[in-house]
Amino acid sequence: MSQQASIDRQEYNITAYTENQVGLLNRIAIIFSRRKINIESLNVSPSEIEGIHRFNIVINETEEVVGKLARQIEKQIEVLKVYYNTNADVIWQEMALYKVPTDVIAEKAIVERLLRENGARAVVIRKDYTVFETTGHREETDNLIRVLQPYGLIEFVRSARIAIIKASDGFNSKLREFERREPSTEPAENEYLNSRDKVFTM
Amino acid sequence: MTGAVATLQALLAEGVDTIFGYPGGAIIPIYDALYDFKEQLNHVLVRHEQGGIHAAQGYARSSGKVGVVFATSGPGATNLVTGLADALIDSTPLVCITGQVFAHLLGTDAFQETDIINITTPITKWNYQVTNAEEIPEALAKAFYIARSGRPGPVLIDITKNAQQQKHDFAPYVPCTHIRSYRPVPIVRPEYIREAAAIINQAKRPFVLWGQGVILGKAEQEFKAFIEKSGIPAAWTILGAGALPTDHPLNVGMLGMHGNYGPNVLTNECDVLIAIGMRFDDRVTGRLDKYAKQAKVIHLDIDPTEIDKNVATTVPVWGDCKETLPLLTALVDAKLHPEWHERFRVHMEQEVDAVIREELFPTSEEMTMGEVIQQLNELTEGEAVIVTDVGQHQMVACRYAKLNKTRSNITSGGLGTMGFALPAAIGAKFGTPHRPVVAIIGDGGVQMTIQELGTIMQTGVDVKIIILNNRFLGMVRQWQELFNDRRYSFVDIASPDYVTVASGYGISGKRVEARAELKQSLQQMLEHPGSFLLEVMVSKENNIFPMVPQGCSVAEIRLR
Repeated sequence: MSQQASIDRQEYNITAYTENQVGLLNRIAIIFSRRKINIESLNVSPSEIEGIHRFNIVINETEEVVGKLARQIEKQIEVLKVYYNTNADVIWQEMALYKVPTDVIAEKAIVERLLRENGARAVVIRKDYTVFETTGHREETDNLIRVLQPYGLIEFVRSARIAIIKASDGFNSKLREFERREPSTEPAENEYLNSRDKVFTM
Repeated sequence: MTGAVATLQALLAEGVDTIFGYPGGAIIPIYDALYDFKEQLNHVLVRHEQGGIHAAQGYARSSGKVGVVFATSGPGATNLVTGLADALIDSTPLVCITGQVFAHLLGTDAFQETDIINITTPITKWNYQVTNAEEIPEALAKAFYIARSGRPGPVLIDITKNAQQQKHDFAPYVPCTHIRSYRPVPIVRPEYIREAAAIINQAKRPFVLWGQGVILGKAEQEFKAFIEKSGIPAAWTILGAGALPTDHPLNVGMLGMHGNYGPNVLTNECDVLIAIGMRFDDRVTGRLDKYAKQAKVIHLDIDPTEIDKNVATTVPVWGDCKETLPLLTALVDAKLHPEWHERFRVHMEQEVDAVIREELFPTSEEMTMGEVIQQLNELTEGEAVIVTDVGQHQMVACRYAKLNKTRSNITSGGLGTMGFALPAAIGAKFGTPHRPVVAIIGDGGVQMTIQELGTIMQTGVDVKIIILNNRFLGMVRQWQELFNDRRYSFVDIASPDYVTVASGYGISGKRVEARAELKQSLQQMLEHPGSFLLEVMVSKENNIFPMVPQGCSVAEIRLR
């Protein structure tokens, strides 16, 4: 059975919409740690709705476990909604920064070509070093590390994953439905609703 | 007005009448304010914060109201941890208010500082640290709303000393009725009700399992109407006990590890299993991969995380059972299921022959725990609130106590906290002063919180205490006997002279060693004005059967 479970495991992207509240990160993290589940990637950022934050959490698990975890997270008082998706159901990106000696870049044209081939962009150019950034899936950003290693890569950092769910039924409509059924008594909380057309103008 | 006064005003606005607590440096401003509120707020000074929170649990469980606890920072706050964990797993509504060091000292390892918010995060439904007086009314309004709504639970509000002292022009208190990110009651889906009713109407051998959700939802009448119309036999989890009177003909007994024989065996023979306000705890289900595999499962619960958590459902019915049960009752056919009921009756006869008769009416010389409960039943006629500790006596009391009324069985179910009963009984009496409260405690558990006899002494609360003394940590000894080749490792526990200890606290007491004195002594205890401690010397090595050994299927329940 455990063998079957390991076969069924895959990367899941958990998306949680939450209030912006001190201590909530801990409350959510505990849900994973009490089951001894490792978080592969975690990103927290403000969402398109004022006062609401968005967690992107990546774990390697079976769907059964992820489904239960998602409900446990959604049960927390300050969590509005939780979704979970496989990699196929989301558009995801990670960002990476690479610091390399400027003299090498300047001297060796090949490095410049490699950077261009990998879609990297210079962020800062200083006398002693240059910082490039690239975004993409893990294997893409990993690839550039390998390429730059022989040219004196000084430092590398990669961000957590951010992911957008492909399905078109977004959270905004859900939240509007929540508010329609049980309107908030605090007008401040409804502010974004009054400007919801602007929120999604593209 | 200071933050401390605002705190007490908030409690009054929430209808609080009783607080269990223990003062200390970081909560002195609130206690100072309390000095002027003595007429409106009854404060019970306990002897240990753990006693305080268990008392609040007993109060909440007996009254259906929110239990309130005060404790100071650091050790005061950490002493609440066991009670918080207990209240969370048993869905008990509590608001704990802890003092905290001055906000400017947070994180400096100040005197009596602990990070109680992070310590209690996994064992609270919600917690919040107030560092500014302005936040107090809103934080408390949210605390009460969260504690009592949906699936109830414990909430902790940590208030820094400066916030208690700080003056502020508070606006009138507004109770909380809505939190944007919190949906306490899921929306009922009529299609699932219809689907559930259709399955129930086709069932040949339907079986109801009910839990505390029926009591928490105040849905006892709705539950009774449902089973009486559908004619389905119903069994209870330990926390569900009392929602339906013990003698009700459709009540077929207790589920789980030390539950009744029939309900356990027949769980694996029913064709439809209807779980109402219960969470399929492992003490109820035994081995999950062999649990009711033949049955279609209908699960009614207010907490969506409980659906499919342990047992996969055929039809989930999300919602408050007070709302969902009448909808279901309207759609189910009126039936009697006589042959199916007969199966339960046959199993009950087997259990009576193998276990119950000898336990309640022993032929041996030594007294059994069961006969004490049996005698108590005859004297109280099921009207008493029974508060039990944890261990063999708990299983005996829950199995055999006669309960006529709801909120009559108060015990530590999910966490199994020894030391729970004495303080919880004190709280239960404050919660329901008009009902007799009888605490049934083992000789192990009572020594864990025996200091609360001091609380009884000081408040004069009327609690009847029965200590069932078998001179062992009986449940552990039973396991060691059955599963560890009788290697009785550190379960032989000595006791003080409880009657003398009680008398030191000004509490009357008596020790019973012979059966001939039992009934009259119980009578004396019940008729005694005020608290009374009765120590009953029971059989040393009696075992609690039936039993589903850990890791076994419920159908493998042993009668011997």
